[in-house]
Amino acid sequence: MTTRIFGSGIRRREDPRLITGQAAYTDDIKLAGMVHAAILRSPHAHARITSINTDAAKASAGVLAVYTGADIEGVLNPIPCAWAIPDSDLKAVAYPAIASGVVRYVGDAVAVVVAENRYQAEDALELIDVGYEPLPSIINPEAALADGAPQLHEDAPNNQAFHWVAAGGDTDAAFADAAITVSETINQQKLIPTPMETRSAIASWSSAMGELTLWNTTQNPHIARFVTCLVTGVAEHKIRVIAPEVGGGFGAKIAVYPWEMITAFCSMQLGVPVKWTETRTENYVATTHGRDHVEYVEMAADANGKVTAVRSVVYAGMGAYLSTAAPGIPTILHGLMYSGPYDIANIKADVYGVFTNSTPVEAYRGAGRPEATFLLERLMDKVGDAVGIDSVEVRRRNLIEPFDNNRDVAIGITYDSGNYSGALDQLLGHIGYDQFRHDQEHEREHGTFRGVGVACYCEICGLGPSQVAGAVGFGGGLWESATVRIYATGKVNVFIGTSPHGQGEETTFAQIVADEIGVDVDDVEVVHGDTDTTPMGWGTYGSRTTVVGGAAVALTMRKLRDKARVIAAHLLEADEADIEYEDGQFFVRGARDRAQSIQDVALQANVAWNLPEGIEPGMEASTYYDPPNFSYPFGAHAAIVSVDPDNGHITLDRYVAVDDCGPQINPMVVEGQVHGGVVQGAGQALWEGAVYDDNGQLLTGTMMDYAIPRAHLVPDIEVHSTVTPSPHNPLGVKGIGETGTIASTAAIYSAVMDALKPIGVTSLDMPLTPERIWRAIREAGYTGNGHGHSHDHDHGHGHNH
Amino acid sequence: MFAADFEYRKAGSIAEAVQLLSDNPGAKILAGGHSLIPLMRFRLARPEVVIDIGGIANMKGISVSGDTINIGALTTHAEIASSADVQRANGLLAEAAGGIGDPAVRNRGTIGGNLAHADPASDWATVLTALGATVSAQGPAGSRTIAVADLIEDAFATVLGENELITTVSVPALAANQRAEYAKMAHPASFYAVVGGAVVVTMDGDRCTAASVAVGGLTPRPVKAPAVEQALSGTTLTMDSIADATARLGDDLSAAGVDIIGDVFASADFRSNIAPVEVKHALLHAIGLAHH
Repeated sequence: MTTRIFGSGIRRREDPRLITGQAAYTDDIKLAGMVHAAILRSPHAHARITSINTDAAKASAGVLAVYTGADIEGVLNPIPCAWAIPDSDLKAVAYPAIASGVVRYVGDAVAVVVAENRYQAEDALELIDVGYEPLPSIINPEAALADGAPQLHEDAPNNQAFHWVAAGGDTDAAFADAAITVSETINQQKLIPTPMETRSAIASWSSAMGELTLWNTTQNPHIARFVTCLVTGVAEHKIRVIAPEVGGGFGAKIAVYPWEMITAFCSMQLGVPVKWTETRTENYVATTHGRDHVEYVEMAADANGKVTAVRSVVYAGMGAYLSTAAPGIPTILHGLMYSGPYDIANIKADVYGVFTNSTPVEAYRGAGRPEATFLLERLMDKVGDAVGIDSVEVRRRNLIEPFDNNRDVAIGITYDSGNYSGALDQLLGHIGYDQFRHDQEHEREHGTFRGVGVACYCEICGLGPSQVAGAVGFGGGLWESATVRIYATGKVNVFIGTSPHGQGEETTFAQIVADEIGVDVDDVEVVHGDTDTTPMGWGTYGSRTTVVGGAAVALTMRKLRDKARVIAAHLLEADEADIEYEDGQFFVRGARDRAQSIQDVALQANVAWNLPEGIEPGMEASTYYDPPNFSYPFGAHAAIVSVDPDNGHITLDRYVAVDDCGPQINPMVVEGQVHGGVVQGAGQALWEGAVYDDNGQLLTGTMMDYAIPRAHLVPDIEVHSTVTPSPHNPLGVKGIGETGTIASTAAIYSAVMDALKPIGVTSLDMPLTPERIWRAIREAGYTGNGHGHSHDHDHGHGHNH
Repeated sequence: MFAADFEYRKAGSIAEAVQLLSDNPGAKILAGGHSLIPLMRFRLARPEVVIDIGGIANMKGISVSGDTINIGALTTHAEIASSADVQRANGLLAEAAGGIGDPAVRNRGTIGGNLAHADPASDWATVLTALGATVSAQGPAGSRTIAVADLIEDAFATVLGENELITTVSVPALAANQRAEYAKMAHPASFYAVVGGAVVVTMDGDRCTAASVAVGGLTPRPVKAPAVEQALSGTTLTMDSIADATARLGDDLSAAGVDIIGDVFASADFRSNIAPVEVKHALLHAIGLAHH
């Protein structure tokens, strides 16, 4: 047997085109006769539109049309929300593509200009005269729910979008009986996903064919087609959605936005292709944000630190409207994860979805699970402090024992497999935990403040069984499909319904195929992102592409192998039962020289000159795979930080990750996913946060103000793994795309709090900016030893210290 | 992010650039473009005419003449950072240049453009003020020399006339007994200085015989710190004496009568408190008291 290609860290075939600038994104596509749209956006967080005069804009050079809310009425249906959480009194408020009457956030569309070029469209935007009567606005989700808050939607009293409660056990009784209770108020600040490629769409309507083609930077072209059908009224089979190269999504390209629907509307009105591409500034207000929770969380434990209960009240900002998947994030993907990797008998999540005058919120890498991990890890640290035991010890006392096939948790879900203490043990070894604790004591005496934070996590991934999707109100299935075709030449095309956009499945799915049927990995091409050429699938998010879509590919290959075995037996004039398969060769048992390669068989299947009776020509198969359960990747991460008490600057000294995503198809791709995820989670802990003023204006509206992580501020991330296969997945895989983000915010935050512990700082809001740290240190009464400079620090640049 | 209409003119010489400025009131000079182009794309600047000086050869390059480093205004930050001549004559210049923005910014942005734009968060303005640098400015009436300390009047405002442009930046070389450092708290998004402190100390053994200190980032223009300088001069530099000296920075900021800048990342109060820390860090590094 040759080396398995499954498990081999081969280089990603996507990368040459990506890193040499040859990849073609939506904005790179130019169609004959294409014109350009620009969208006029509300400068107010909340206002009544009293008048709109578009005469001057319509008369401006190059302008073909100007449309307002009145023009789309009755033509373009409102944007639907696709996740109607049951039993939550969810208010599906109207979400018009172009506002009519009232604008509800800075960025809400007011009008669209179509012109021969984008400059002309931008010039004309300035000539649209809109009268606004400003209304009071509200940004904080907790405040928005309070009596007397400005109201966004008539049919959503108190701005309540939904109220969802999930519980297991008897939480109230557990708290009443607890030896120890701890509590915390957590602000999960609003984050701006900032993919490298902003959003973009090209719509091309053919009136002759009655067909709409939409190039759209999306994570899920099939869902986009489905929703486009609902919004435009064009029948689903007459819509083709193409996701060309997509430059990062992180959840922000799940939603179907008003903007591409406006683009489609313009093309259908004008009969020419229309392109709309977001500017970066526009991206910061018009593309969905993430997180935005105000959380009141509590944990109960016995005197030994064994946790007995966790409960929350969460105010989750939805922004001004309900984006496609938004309600599912603070509920199903958050509240159901309150057990994390821990054995907790009593759990209650009490979640309010709240409308606010800000950019709609959607999934953002991790989507609900980073928030759940953060609160569990925060509370676990507090329980440890209350009991007087080390932060690792308190976790150890609460981790679920290793299990390899199904473990129910109190909130009502069933984990597939896990060895949480195994990951933690490995982590502690890598970081030299005991030595660090020893050194830390000594350093503190010298006025140097270093801290270590450990975060254990378990996440719900591989979304998911379609029956469950239906039961929790998701407006679609969550299965995946694959079609694989082996040509006469032995080359292979894999057509998938998922839609990778940077995760590397063009490479890893080719590895699955090569491994299953013994062809060279370079003979396999993975096709995705076009609803006309790929089978149905629900898209790439929730760490599901490899778990669900990859399983569909593997099962398809097994079907093809079975067919090939029948043909090989026929060609070898042997009984099928005597045919063995190894490494792409079918041979007669005991006579290896009597063999047919998969390529031989594929040729015969395709020409069909000599097939066994009842066998159809061709070497093609499809699988529709609906997973029996979610997958539950897990791990343990640690961060080591230094804090300079002089100026509040935090240096991330070390970061170690131990993740278990089951068997790894490509360890290099896994490592890359962990790197990216860890860095994005570090961003939330240390740098990122959408800040609004009292009038709902985004103050962090450019990349000069909103700090995404930079390479030189992040240490070499040490990536390790354990391997615990999922018992129900054909490949045993669990998903890796979100683990980094889920663990790293909690680990880094915990490390900073650990560093500040001797100073007496007990709570801080994220991001942990120098000023917040500096103030907290002073408010805690620390005056320093006068020489707080005596350790390494690097506050940015300009100076090699 | 689409600029309004403008006319593009390319100047072949300094004289032509000055003439074009005179002929086109309100015209903007395009050097590296890292400040002007974003402003135009945001439509915050709408010059009718943009004069590209990028092709004027004698505004580029670095030469050392005696104790002076002459840097053409169009020289990029990256060129300054990597210049062996600069590293030899004045290491602080190279170090400060290497800490501006990111590689893309350093490869395009120019020292003259940076000074003329007069962003309060500019590293150059603070560093060159402490170093006692001057600029040569060319206008219709000829050339004049302006100390960098006097060049910037206020945020985004210089003493340059409408028709004047910076042609050369001249910086004294450091003497063998001089140490210079710059420490900044960089904004994590832009890497601009939230607070920057630049110091030049002349040493006689452990004793400081003269000091030049400037801070920027927190003020609309760089501010010299005479009270700190006096406290350092004639003093043996120790951790304690440095801490005592930098504690006087508040007096200098008050005396300068400037507003302290605050924003969502760092309030004015925080910046005021951090400024002495950055100056202290710069001094400790300058004299080798800080650990690396």
